[in-house]
Amino acid sequence: MPIVLCRIDDRLIHGQVVLGWGRPLGVQRIILVNDEVAASTWEQDLYRMAVPAEIDLEFASTAEASARLADWRADALRTLLLTGDIPTMLALHAADGQALRAINLGGLHHRPGRRQRLPYVYLTDDERAELAGLEQRGAEVSAQDVPTTAAVALQDIP
Amino acid sequence: MSEPLRGVVVCHGRMAAALIEAAEGITGVKDALLPVSNTDCDRGTLETRILDAVGAGPAVVFVDLASGSCLIATLARLRGRPEATVVTGVNLAMLVDFVFHRDQEPGAAAERAVAAGCRAIKVP
Repeated sequence: MPIVLCRIDDRLIHGQVVLGWGRPLGVQRIILVNDEVAASTWEQDLYRMAVPAEIDLEFASTAEASARLADWRADALRTLLLTGDIPTMLALHAADGQALRAINLGGLHHRPGRRQRLPYVYLTDDERAELAGLEQRGAEVSAQDVPTTAAVALQDIP
Repeated sequence: MSEPLRGVVVCHGRMAAALIEAAEGITGVKDALLPVSNTDCDRGTLETRILDAVGAGPAVVFVDLASGSCLIATLARLRGRPEATVVTGVNLAMLVDFVFHRDQEPGAAAERAVAAGCRAIKVP
């Protein structure tokens, strides 16, 4: 079973991920790719509290995840792959573009230098260009916070 | 305690402000509670909002869910701060009790607020 959702969300694991997407997609495993969390057992404990027992939760650094994408893609578990930022997703796509054909922008919030593109998507011009580059390399990028809202294709994100 | 406890309510959307407005309307006690919303911010910004609201003194932090971004941001920044006690599952009954018992230690005020909140959950 391919990875059923590749999501960029700077809040990492929260209700939209676990409930909003997890239920309708029948997610059986969430893989959080984040170097900081992968190195912190107490942060991992925090995120485990947000995930029901029937969903497996794994933590991986960018390097670890890059090496395991092919295994996850071939695995039977319906998997949601989550990063907290664009550079991490770019690195994963570079490692295995077949595993990450569609990229979901779920939540990229305000920071200095970013401007609002959608209510839940703020990007700098450089970040917008990086996402365009991802599409040029074969990925389909769209924004959608939860399944009940309409997806917005990258080309329609101002 | 010389300084009354500060209460901080951390919730999704506009829930914290609405709960505080209701608590103030019931009790008449103003400025005992501060709202924090997770709207339009990443985790770092949410953590900053929480720290700014809690300040340096004793506090009880009420969070809406026992998981999710509000709780994770709260625990991430208040870990190792014994003068700040975190309570999840906030409801109006908790806050109404809390504003009248801000002379207690954070742990004691939190325990009695939780008891009040639980007593308010019934199938009448």
